[in-house]
Amino acid sequence: MTQHHLANSELGSLDYDPAPESAQIAKLKGAYGLFIDGQFTDPTQHEQFASLNPATEETLVTVAHASAEDVDRAVASARKAYDTVWSKTTGARRAKYLFRIARIIQERSRELAVVETLDNGKPIRESRDVDIPLAAAHFFYYAGWADKLDHAGFGADPRPVGVCGQIIPWNFPLLMAAWKLAPALAAGNTCVLKPAETTPLSALILAEILQQAELPEGVVNIITGDGSTGSALVEHPGVDKIAFTGSTEVGRLIQQRVATTTKRLTLELGGNGANIVFDDAPVDEMIEGIIDGIFFNQGHVCCAGSRLLVQETIADEVLRRLVRRVEQLRVGDPMDKNTDVGAINSAAQLERIKELTAFGESEGATRYTSSCALPDKGYWFAPTVFADVTQSHRIAREEIFGPVLSVLTFRTPEEAVAKANNTNYGLACGVWSEKGSRTLWVAQRLRAGVVWANTYNRFDPTSPFGGVRESGFGREGGRHGLEAYLNV
Amino acid sequence: MSDSHVEVRKTYKLLIDGALARSESGRSYEVTTAAGAFLANVAQGSRKDVRAAVVAARAAQANWWSATAYNRGQVIYRLAEMAESRRAELAEHVALSEGLKPAAAQVTVARAVDRMVWYAGWTDKVAQVLGGANPVAGPFFNFSLPTPSGVVGVVAPQESSLEGFVDCVLAPLCVGNTVVVLASQLRPTPALLVGEMSTTSDFPTGVLNIVTGFTQELTPTLASHEDIDGIDLEGVEGDAADALAKVAAGSIKRVLRPRGRHDDPTSLRRLRAFVETSTVWHTIGQ
Amino acid sequence: MPAVESEAQLRALLAGLCGVDAVGAEARAAKLATRSIKRSTKRAALDLAISMVDLTALEGADSPGRIVSLCTKAMRPDPRDPRVPSVAAVCVYADLVAQARTVLGDSSVKVAAVATAFPSGRASLRVKLADVSDALDAGADEVDMVIDRGAFLSGRVGQVFDEIVAVKEVCGRAQLKVILETGELVTYDNVRRASWLAMLGGADFIKTSTGKVVVSATTPVALVMLEAVRDFAESTGHLVGVKVAGGIRNSKDAIHYLVLVNETAGSSWLTPDLFRFGASSLLNDLLMQRLKQQRGAYVRPDEFSGD
Repeated sequence: MTQHHLANSELGSLDYDPAPESAQIAKLKGAYGLFIDGQFTDPTQHEQFASLNPATEETLVTVAHASAEDVDRAVASARKAYDTVWSKTTGARRAKYLFRIARIIQERSRELAVVETLDNGKPIRESRDVDIPLAAAHFFYYAGWADKLDHAGFGADPRPVGVCGQIIPWNFPLLMAAWKLAPALAAGNTCVLKPAETTPLSALILAEILQQAELPEGVVNIITGDGSTGSALVEHPGVDKIAFTGSTEVGRLIQQRVATTTKRLTLELGGNGANIVFDDAPVDEMIEGIIDGIFFNQGHVCCAGSRLLVQETIADEVLRRLVRRVEQLRVGDPMDKNTDVGAINSAAQLERIKELTAFGESEGATRYTSSCALPDKGYWFAPTVFADVTQSHRIAREEIFGPVLSVLTFRTPEEAVAKANNTNYGLACGVWSEKGSRTLWVAQRLRAGVVWANTYNRFDPTSPFGGVRESGFGREGGRHGLEAYLNV
Repeated sequence: MSDSHVEVRKTYKLLIDGALARSESGRSYEVTTAAGAFLANVAQGSRKDVRAAVVAARAAQANWWSATAYNRGQVIYRLAEMAESRRAELAEHVALSEGLKPAAAQVTVARAVDRMVWYAGWTDKVAQVLGGANPVAGPFFNFSLPTPSGVVGVVAPQESSLEGFVDCVLAPLCVGNTVVVLASQLRPTPALLVGEMSTTSDFPTGVLNIVTGFTQELTPTLASHEDIDGIDLEGVEGDAADALAKVAAGSIKRVLRPRGRHDDPTSLRRLRAFVETSTVWHTIGQ
Repeated sequence: MPAVESEAQLRALLAGLCGVDAVGAEARAAKLATRSIKRSTKRAALDLAISMVDLTALEGADSPGRIVSLCTKAMRPDPRDPRVPSVAAVCVYADLVAQARTVLGDSSVKVAAVATAFPSGRASLRVKLADVSDALDAGADEVDMVIDRGAFLSGRVGQVFDEIVAVKEVCGRAQLKVILETGELVTYDNVRRASWLAMLGGADFIKTSTGKVVVSATTPVALVMLEAVRDFAESTGHLVGVKVAGGIRNSKDAIHYLVLVNETAGSSWLTPDLFRFGASSLLNDLLMQRLKQQRGAYVRPDEFSGD
């Protein structure tokens, strides 16, 4: 009897065939208007601009540019909705709308994930498994607070602030919309939301979802546009509160503008997170955690673990394993379910990353860049690790906001803390060790709004997120996340 | 001879471990409408049924608690979805059982669904409201968390056949307990409908168990059963509550006394009643 | 190969291994399970998996007749299609090895015998070694031994080590697979330590389970073992294989494991010489999926023999 043996050349490899998610589910329209007073409407100046797919540089749709006049219309709509409807809607009823929205996000989750990936460039696996589920969960969580505000620790019957202007970034478009809208609506406010210029699409689908949920008109208005739209919103006298997530540069300008007004303000800005690794860290999980910390979402994360502070005793070993792991990262078509690292969101961002990375080399750090092939079209940057970095290097001090990791060393816990804190930022840090007491000791001393121990980039609607110092002020998530939206 | 539709009448069964079953005793009793008309033959549960329910509840408790709070919230919200879609049926039974006019019954049902939604939104907030970090005078990280008592026995209100049932049952469930509930003796059908809905709401089997029958016959078993951690005596009338509380003391159960109309639906009393505060210390040092 | 000269030294070596963060390990295994394996990759993976199966018959009721069916199927899993690879081995109790050997003749399918008082391991060393000798005398190519979990969990690592060394010596040129019974070890830290202990003792393969206890192979456990063989190879140059056994019911599971191997230890381990599936019902699901790939439609289980 003959048997068939697999020849050796057939064994020993498992190259993954392309596994693309279909874009058909997206059902995108050619052009979108502004979402004001519950309807899509043309912008007054009839200006449109294109939203591109950063992986291909192709135009996906055109969206409206909201002028100062449009901002005015939106704020007026939010004010009317606040005065006549929403401030008179009981918490229990507000809750139900929010629960509906959460449910519809879940129902339309695949569609939203595809739209998010096409517009942002992040891998479909991430938008499917992280962005969209978290967005739904955020609405679920805050829905439950709407009729329990008495128990939130802000006194009896806390009242909302009024009309909120909310400006969100391009790195987690739908999730950032959820982080802003859910608590605001739960607390009884109405909103004018301005999505980022390069990633308006998922917010516009969300507008359709708000219509499906029959949210009363004007409670949420979504106006697309560029920086001037955001400016007009910040300056509008009819807005009671501004919430901004974005760069520290712009945050500073906003805070200056708002300083002479009575507007409330919360800011969630940049960061330069330190991932501190002690020599008793669980090695394999730690390597994954470092990778997740900086290459998740192509490094476009304000809380990215962009500085690895590794105990000198294991530095060489960690670097070796890191470089090996980086080589395994699959960079490419974001719509491929097996892609780990997607496209850089825009040409501008890619330029910035290249510029700062060039500094790294010229300053004398040792560069390791993945040998992965990059597609011809689109905006791409190969994952990069800089070793032998010190706190005086520019790449260790500035936020690159890309897939670039700087590796520094330390000898003692005190030194690790000092280096981690040696920055004007203070958003998030990671600590890796099997020794609980030391992890807690370090966590207490880190100047950061969030500390992750033996994990990184973990988000949950119940867990407050936000920074200290120049990473901003105010918290999103948890009971604490209600404070910004209540008059307390 | 009329051609009108002859109704297929429902047989009402107990809910034990996710299965709808007759009483092991084979007994049933007549339940009438408030007006005295025949409504159904409902299972007359026995102490052995109670025992089986407690076994199921205990077996299910560890997993119900270790599921995420988010997951528990989703399950309870799904119950609200089911109840909303079967509003008409619930209203019919509330009207018949409590002798309410249709409009009043509909209001009752709407309120009961709203209560389900209220509890669904509590699961992932209880820890934040009832727990917290404690600033002890030493290098320790110290935090207190609410954990469920375990298996809770509930004597559902005799008169508020739906709203009261929902409150008494969902409060312990949402903080992670599993429940064995004795439905109202004279008005059990709305509770049984909720039980049916729980089986299509992703409730794991054994989390909610419903036994119907004679309250006086079954409450002593519930009060004395040593594998029940807490008992809500809301549906116990008159002096019987004192005697049962005394029996329950035998195994140091957490006992919730009846409040009747004085109960404030927005208070956290029911949520706090079957919660144990667990405090952990951890050293802080290099 | 680091020389292990005393129990104290062994203990220090094992204690020096870093821990495994359970949450992180499980998250990594879960993320790798989202890999989408399609088309030609899937076809290749199915054939690879078939070639890695140790077709298993370990019931008290097994008889010579059962062994005949087992071995026939092992050599030619799909009687109508000679292109389907044979499996790697059959896995039987020592007293049925001779029958298996007779049926298999000089085929490429190996005979693996479970021995050392499988599955509990509760017998004297003398009895365990005799069990191994009997299997080898009857013609076994491979021996799947169990470690003494009682000894491991009570800290007598020297004893566990010595037993492995003793069995390996009796094995001679036969391949030794060491079953850790990860379900009884419970923690990932224990799995890592037991893996290193077995490899230092001379294991050619480390194997997850006997398949006779409630908890068998899981992807996070396999992840930890694959990390161990990778690190061991780097540190000693010696390549040890991994066998996952029990609980791998279908092709989807099998492909998840292959992805794990590919992205943890690396493609060098993607060969029956270094990775095996201890399974029985898995083979038919692999065959069904393979046929479905060819025909383009879902097929009936009855296309293939039940045993």
